[in-house]
Amino acid sequence: MNPIGEKYLRKDFLPMIFCPGCGDGMIVQALAHAVDELGVRDELTLTAGIGCSAWIAVYTHADVLKVLHGRAIPAAIGLKATRPSRKVVTITGDGDCLAIGGNHLLHACRRNIDLTVLMVNNQIYAMTGGQVAPSTPFNAKTQTTPYGNVEKKLDGCKVAIAAGATHVSRWTTAHPKQLIKALKTAINHKGFSYLEVVSQCPVQTGRYLLGSGSPEFNLKWIKDHCVKQEDPSKWAEVEAQGNIPIGDFLKLEQPEFMEEVAKMNQRVKEAQAKGGDR
Amino acid sequence: MKKGRIKVMLGNEACAEAAILAGCRFYGGYPITPATEILENLSRKLPLVDGLCLQFEDEIAALVAVVGASWGGTKAMTATSGPGFCLMQEAIGLAVAEEAPCVIVNVMRGGPCSGQSTSTAQGDLYQARYGSNGDYSLICLCPSDAQEMFDYTIKAFNLAERFRIPVIILSDEVVGHIREKVVIPDAKDITLVERKAPTCPKDKLVVFKPEANDVPLMPGFNMGYRVPVISQAKSLNGNRGNAKDADDNIRRIVRKVEDHMDEFAEVKVYGDAKAETAFVTFGSVCRSARSAVDLAKEKGLAIRSVEVKTVWPFPDKLVSEALAGAKRIVVAEMNLGMLQREVQRVVRRPEIEIELFSKIGGIYPQPQEFLRFLEEKR
Repeated sequence: MNPIGEKYLRKDFLPMIFCPGCGDGMIVQALAHAVDELGVRDELTLTAGIGCSAWIAVYTHADVLKVLHGRAIPAAIGLKATRPSRKVVTITGDGDCLAIGGNHLLHACRRNIDLTVLMVNNQIYAMTGGQVAPSTPFNAKTQTTPYGNVEKKLDGCKVAIAAGATHVSRWTTAHPKQLIKALKTAINHKGFSYLEVVSQCPVQTGRYLLGSGSPEFNLKWIKDHCVKQEDPSKWAEVEAQGNIPIGDFLKLEQPEFMEEVAKMNQRVKEAQAKGGDR
Repeated sequence: MKKGRIKVMLGNEACAEAAILAGCRFYGGYPITPATEILENLSRKLPLVDGLCLQFEDEIAALVAVVGASWGGTKAMTATSGPGFCLMQEAIGLAVAEEAPCVIVNVMRGGPCSGQSTSTAQGDLYQARYGSNGDYSLICLCPSDAQEMFDYTIKAFNLAERFRIPVIILSDEVVGHIREKVVIPDAKDITLVERKAPTCPKDKLVVFKPEANDVPLMPGFNMGYRVPVISQAKSLNGNRGNAKDADDNIRRIVRKVEDHMDEFAEVKVYGDAKAETAFVTFGSVCRSARSAVDLAKEKGLAIRSVEVKTVWPFPDKLVSEALAGAKRIVVAEMNLGMLQREVQRVVRRPEIEIELFSKIGGIYPQPQEFLRFLEEKR
């Protein structure tokens, strides 16, 4: 086994449940590389919800808390709050993060708590067999939109920026080097990082949305349709072509939640020691 | 007589005070009447002990964060009332399945749905036991006064740590909002229980392999064990299991509680323990029943009042013993007969009808009403 695999895979859990050609295995690898290069393994903590992508966390040899559908972010907050030195990475999918867990995403962004949310976007509910997701394009035919999707899709990066995330990127499984780099930056960023990864699902997205179940076709689709555009004012042009903008979109330095909590606790305790008004 | 500092406080305040003394350092909450004072109190107290009280976006997030904090190595709790308790049900199953010690307070109000936010009720009795999906077990404690809000909060944390389960404190609006005397013992006089951590080599831990008492050792996160904790039915190493693994896992998490009820089950009897007439009550209704027993005594009528303090798992043996020899049994509660059904199940004497004195709509039963019930029903 490759030395990174030897070190970072939970070997007694293999083989993985992922379908042949799935992007999730590539993301396991990218995460392992990022963590190894940063040297933060002992502080690494993973949380996940429900869906194919949640198993990315489980196959990674780290402390992993896999919780309810949509609730990986609150679990991450509980873990971060009890030991702020933890490097908490939440692995979630487009349904988990933007549909059932959308509320938690909004509020974690607003709090600017030091977490990394790695959102794996395959544009569909894959584990349950190919139903429409908030990330599914308009008009797309899925198992639950047999006559075409009449809803507009929700862009997680736009949501994260609007809600106050301080680090926002989108890369793809077709850009493994950039993905590792973005993961490293996101994990190191002091504040809330939202990193979306457009990933291939040949079995559901490929067959129902894109017209082919071939992994090569699906990876090539991502290469052809994900266009680097880091200026949000120009995203409309990219989207008008039916493409998805990718790149590192936002990096802001703002007060981080747990640091503010520590400051508040210190202030309150000092005031109490003096017997004064808090 | 209990020794300690005497304070006059709300039941909800007593709960918050006890949580700090029990070692709670993380509280996830969401405002809801009539439980909000617990959140408000802990948002003032927790920063003073380097804890964190966080008001979440909803009750689901609050309890899931509590589970996260618990695996993070901290004692953690949340409190809510009916509608919030509904939202928490899936996460109660999560705490059960992931064996995360935590405390959940439900200060009951009128239901169903939004019901009566400022009125008392006891309609969540079954929800506290059966609200989440699948087979499981947990412990549910029912305080009747502010002192018991304090005492049972300490007890709840201890039982949660001992059994690695969520422990529910099923209070109600009367108990949460009553302001009365509470004796707060010195911290050194309070016995606290802590979860047991593994000491084996880091790569040798089998994360859900139980000890002899059916409870596995609990490693905190980032201690080097690198444990997989999933919400699915699991095998001993934490991976998704086969049918046999699932069967073993479910039976064990039930057995670890129900085979050890002697450690925590509590039923009190007030009045004449041999009286032929018996009330059976829980929560705030115990108070009114006690006054009824006293009133009856003045009139020369002997009554015993059986108070079920640990309602789940239902203490069959203790309730049965406490009702031995009773000729007339009246279950008094603020719902349409939930406790009554448990008593019917336990007391299998065909000659005795288990009667129900039920008050709903948010009106607390007065002591005189108990006696009137005894007269009119006869």
